[in-house]
Amino acid sequence: MTDLSLRPAAVTIDDLAGDRNATRPDTLFSNGAKVAGYLVLVILAAIAVSTTTKAWPAFRSEGVGFFLSDNWVPSQGHFGARAIIYGTLVVSAIALVVAVPLSIGIALFITELAPRRIRSSITTVMDVLASVPSVVFGLWGFLILRPDLKDFYNGVADAVSGIPVLRSVFGESLSGQSFMTAGLIVGLMIVPIITSIVREVFQTVPINEKHGALALGSTRWEMIRGVVFPHSTGGVVGAVMLGLGRAMGETIAVALVIGASPQITANLFGQGEAMPSVIARNLNEASGNYRAALIGLGVGLFALTILINISARLLVKRANATKGAR
Amino acid sequence: MATVTVDAPTPRTADASSAQHHPLQSSLSRGRRTRNRLANAWMILSLAIAAVPLLAVLVVLVVKGAGLIASTDWWTESIPSNVAANAFGTQEAQDAFGNVGTVAKTEEVVYGMQPAIVGTLLTTGLAALLSIPLGIAAAVYLNEYGGKNRSASTIRFFTDVMTGVPSVVMGIFVYTVWVLNFEQSGRSGLAGGLALACLMLPVVVRSAEEMLRLVPNSLREASAALGTPKWKTTTRVVLPAAMPGITSGAMLAIARAAGETAPILFTVGVVSATNFSLFGQNTTLSAQIFSNATQPGGESIAWGAALTLIVVVMAFTLAARFVSSKFAVRIDQ
Repeated sequence: MTDLSLRPAAVTIDDLAGDRNATRPDTLFSNGAKVAGYLVLVILAAIAVSTTTKAWPAFRSEGVGFFLSDNWVPSQGHFGARAIIYGTLVVSAIALVVAVPLSIGIALFITELAPRRIRSSITTVMDVLASVPSVVFGLWGFLILRPDLKDFYNGVADAVSGIPVLRSVFGESLSGQSFMTAGLIVGLMIVPIITSIVREVFQTVPINEKHGALALGSTRWEMIRGVVFPHSTGGVVGAVMLGLGRAMGETIAVALVIGASPQITANLFGQGEAMPSVIARNLNEASGNYRAALIGLGVGLFALTILINISARLLVKRANATKGAR
Repeated sequence: MATVTVDAPTPRTADASSAQHHPLQSSLSRGRRTRNRLANAWMILSLAIAAVPLLAVLVVLVVKGAGLIASTDWWTESIPSNVAANAFGTQEAQDAFGNVGTVAKTEEVVYGMQPAIVGTLLTTGLAALLSIPLGIAAAVYLNEYGGKNRSASTIRFFTDVMTGVPSVVMGIFVYTVWVLNFEQSGRSGLAGGLALACLMLPVVVRSAEEMLRLVPNSLREASAALGTPKWKTTTRVVLPAAMPGITSGAMLAIARAAGETAPILFTVGVVSATNFSLFGQNTTLSAQIFSNATQPGGESIAWGAALTLIVVVMAFTLAARFVSSKFAVRIDQ
């Protein structure tokens, strides 16, 4: 900082450039903006530190068993979250099986098939789908879908009751609340996010190569398989992982339709429990070690989604970097 | 796009040779043509499969919720506490033919949702007030000052990562740093607003940065050439040019935050009377949907709240699209 009293009285070039009037506000402004920029990093770090601290009692008393043991009985102080983690993984897997083919299909429809003038209306449909709150999907799933799905599940279970492996995967459904119901709804909810990223990736495929393939007599599908897919593998994998991250963290819809009973079973029509949903339903009433254990699940979820998101973003970034080569 | 339509039907002409296939089409084997059609069918079906549940949800919401939200009580009264009485209670009654039997008790229930509507506006409004200015400032840093340097790239990357952090984690975060520290007075609209702000911040930063990037450099250079200091160029030239896009991004973030439930559950608390203050417990539409969905007799309240919420969310979403299409800066690159 220049000391104003030592400045010569004569007008210098600095004064003409507005040094005294402009530079101070300028540094203030840029530093303010910089602080706001770093805020994101500060918040992420604060989340990690503060949640881990509050979860520490549970981690300390359960040790590795917190994630590996299958004994979740809060009333007796047993906190082994394996069945809950299993539920999260199963629901996310079902969601991906549902969402990935749909999303890639829609993204291809938008980029390759749809006439230009209806493209923006499809994007609007996707935006609206993305903006429906999770709790509304959950309400619909719980009150409207669940009774019908229960009959459907039991119909399927009867139909496959004689077939060895299918019999255990598609078993009886007690209430219609199940891994499958949660997976279907979450799958629907992550379609817009996967679609929007896959679409961006597809749009980076060089148009010359697409035209080349078509000029050589490829059908549209052969062009997609031969040009679009090979160019987009990395980006599509990244998009799918982002969808996975979203599916794992999906809370309220899952809390309403999964059934709230932690168990490890092959039966996709059976009731289960997932990490975010057990937190959402119980954290308010919990205290002591139970509270610490629920926060601990949150720490696990945070770590898992951060890891998935970091690798997914790196993949998408690398895939989109080819944009410059076009 | 210049696509060679290999499977297009042959245009009919008066020529005798018109019965022949198009030269390109005739060279296609049956298998290739079938596979191409299957692929087309997959694309169209995907869209249909995703759109049908969306339509179903919207229709059910209107059918089940319209009656409630059409009444003035809904917007002005407290949330009823006696809905469960109707679900469980029975009373003796006599029908028109003199038969006596038990029917469901019909206590007078006044269906109101004002506390949750006020709570939603309070928490979301506070979150917007906190996250939008900070988000725009961060975007200014990333695009106007940071550029491609190391710290800006790091912040940009982790902002993207932060958009993927589950909303329930934001709720737990505010619960651990705020609610647990103030115990009795911890749960409030203020705490809920903080959680929603954490959720909105990365979304606002990234969308605002995208918009700032679209502002042509010639504008910045012209302003600088007039001797304008950089902060003034940014606030008077660059930000106004990007404002429609930033506004639309911010509105989308608001729409998303208004519908969030998970961060609200642990931070806001419960009330059944309207609380206009940021302090003291509050409630929101999303929290009401969640708690009433599984409560006997609560279904109609849940549907009404869901329709109200969707109306709010859609209003913001569509307004955002309108703003971005109507006031978009036409920039000739």
